[in-house]
Amino acid sequence: MTSPKPAAKPSSAKRFDGEKILLALAAPVLAVVLSVAICSVLLATSGKNPFDAWNVMITYGTKSDGQVAILNRSTTYYLAAAAAAFGFRMNLFNIGVEGQYKVAALFAAFVGSQVDLPSFIQIPLLLVTAMLVGGLYASIAGLLKVFRGVSEVIATIMLNAIAVAIVGLLLVPGIFAPEKSGSSNAIQTAPVSESSHFFAIDTDGGPLYGFLFIAILVGVAFQFTLNRTRFGFDLRATGRSESAATASGVNVKRMVVTSMVVSGALAGLIGLPELLQNSYNFGQSFQAGLGFLGISVALLGRNSPIGMAFAAVLFAFLDSTGSQLPLQGGFPFEIVPVMQGTIVICVVVAYELVRRYGLKRQQQKVGAELAAQAAAAAEKKEVSA
Amino acid sequence: MSTATAARAKAPGAPAKKRKMTWPVVLLLIAGALVLFSAVGMITDNHSLTSSGQVTAALSAAVPIGMAGLGGLWSERAGVVNIGLEGMMVAGTFCGAWGGYLVNPWFGLVAGMIGGALGGLLHAVITVTFGVDHIVSGVGVNLLIPGICAYVNRIYYQDYISAGAGANQSPPADPLPYITIPGLSSGLKDIEAHHWFLVSDVAGVVGGLVTNISVVVLLAGALIVVSYFALWRTVFGLRLRSCGENPTAAESLGVNVYKYKYLAVITSGAFAGLGGAYLSLVAAHFYKDGQTNGRGFIGLAAMIFGNWMPGGLAMGAGLFGFTDSLQLRDPESVHVLILVVAIAMVLLAAWHLYRRKYTATVITLVVSAGLFVWYFTTDEVQRPLIVATPYVITLVVLSLASQRLRPPKADGQIYRKGQGK
Repeated sequence: MTSPKPAAKPSSAKRFDGEKILLALAAPVLAVVLSVAICSVLLATSGKNPFDAWNVMITYGTKSDGQVAILNRSTTYYLAAAAAAFGFRMNLFNIGVEGQYKVAALFAAFVGSQVDLPSFIQIPLLLVTAMLVGGLYASIAGLLKVFRGVSEVIATIMLNAIAVAIVGLLLVPGIFAPEKSGSSNAIQTAPVSESSHFFAIDTDGGPLYGFLFIAILVGVAFQFTLNRTRFGFDLRATGRSESAATASGVNVKRMVVTSMVVSGALAGLIGLPELLQNSYNFGQSFQAGLGFLGISVALLGRNSPIGMAFAAVLFAFLDSTGSQLPLQGGFPFEIVPVMQGTIVICVVVAYELVRRYGLKRQQQKVGAELAAQAAAAAEKKEVSA
Repeated sequence: MSTATAARAKAPGAPAKKRKMTWPVVLLLIAGALVLFSAVGMITDNHSLTSSGQVTAALSAAVPIGMAGLGGLWSERAGVVNIGLEGMMVAGTFCGAWGGYLVNPWFGLVAGMIGGALGGLLHAVITVTFGVDHIVSGVGVNLLIPGICAYVNRIYYQDYISAGAGANQSPPADPLPYITIPGLSSGLKDIEAHHWFLVSDVAGVVGGLVTNISVVVLLAGALIVVSYFALWRTVFGLRLRSCGENPTAAESLGVNVYKYKYLAVITSGAFAGLGGAYLSLVAAHFYKDGQTNGRGFIGLAAMIFGNWMPGGLAMGAGLFGFTDSLQLRDPESVHVLILVVAIAMVLLAAWHLYRRKYTATVITLVVSAGLFVWYFTTDEVQRPLIVATPYVITLVVLSLASQRLRPPKADGQIYRKGQGK
């Protein structure tokens, strides 16, 4: 052990920081590499050439229409991830994003089809409707947790199932769907009014959803709220240690309900890019499963706004380019969920391992410093003696 | 059967408030329910709720839910929350159909259990060895396993189209045997057809229990009883449960916590896998993408409904199975059920009045009045409402009884070897 020099301290701290960043990046990169390797083996054993498959995906991903498709999809994924992550940041598992966005999208579609105001009122009205419905639906789980001690995981799982029933109950001709919905068998709401259509940017690869900006706005607001406001501090403190937060004067019950409502309100936005930019109605074939996908994206991005953006783009890349696989070369699309699953599992394990390694490093460093200090003190004593 | 086990769940600190559910009380309640059902059957001239067909359907719908719940019970008793049951069930459906088609359905059952157990092993590795949050791991398992099954299904069966495989479906397997007790079943059928008060209803229920019962249903019932004895009457079970209550104390007494957690989660996966294999071998004869349809989650709810006890879990699974099977029956008989519940609520209100709980009396009466109004103003019940009923009931039960529910103390907590030092 060398004796500590005051001048050397900052540089060593800096080096440790660099290592920390490296470690934080290592986990997701490792997870993706491992997942590609596993899926390559899976493809190879089923008699397909994995490199051809990756080639198809990358080719589509570098085309402009592919890129627009990826960005449009990642808009939805990012909103879903933000909704889940807001709860995760305070250890609140909102598994119910799935149900919240379905109910919210249904009500937004109904309001959009019934009301026809100028765009600058209509669109905020629909946004608020969706967020309100999503937040209200999520508040059931929050209130049950606070007042009756029901685990939010179980409550939201029940609420997901109830949401499906609510949609089934309301989405019938005469209630939310028009009495005679033409010749098609599919039941859906009437199309939303012209003024509800959200703006899109025309690019070479097709229309780029204007909702991308809403997603970016949500990300910025997320970051600001958590890191620059008292509410965000309280929220993170509650997430780290509930008892410590209570001791420092945080009203944990109110925090639980508030963050559940915010999480649900964000979840309300998930269905809107599809509703206001693409399908213009809510039907039985409205995309399902976005809530659970959002949870995965949030886990991959470690609940941080920047991390989730990368994760959302990665998942959107896999889903969008994966849809090209059956068309070009007859690869099964089902390899994409396998990849997403392995990425999520690898990444959560890798994060945990990295966390433990970092903790160990820190302990070693502190131990070494303490030992060196003790040694220096002993030396001093000897000299003075 | 194992309902008596519910008596063992004592709420600490409030023993006086809670009466024990003893055998006579349970039997009395069942008898009362039967009288109520037959009375309503007489009034409305609709006996379908206690018909043998209804009972058989409810029982077969309850099995996959009960098995998933039993899986949840094993895992959570050892302190590992298992949201991944759904994924493990999917593994069971796939492996079950695969084994059932290639070898025979009996082998399919075993294969389904092994498939589910592998899913459990994955969950155990992630949560126990690597110490990842249990919910996070479960979400990952639910994402990965259905993906793998859909992929393998697509690749593996593409040469089996002539055998009946579809794009997302496996070729059909042979059926497993059904059991009917010959003399008893037909005799009960005759009695049931007469619509005598109470007698026919009892005959209907018993008839449902002895007619066309799949062997897997019997196996599932046996497994619930065996699980009770294994977990509450053996040294092994005591140690396993101690890992879910206080792993530090368990370790200090020389229990290998990791080993027991692994065993519990793998067993949990095997039971979920059996529930899945039931779906792909008995309920249908093939694997299909999305076949489980959230039953893993429902199983978890049934277990919590049953207060982390096998008897309660069986009741929860029965409730979910009953409402699940109602979906397939005519809307009229479901409409009759409203009247049954409304009358039951009046009786409950009388009981509350007798116990001098006046607010509870009023609330129950209001609910009951609402149900009566609903019954007399409508002719049938929309199907989505029936689907939602068990979930709503679970939420209500949880919100009313969550103070009395007692999950394992260290449930969901991450435990690392030697952390108690």
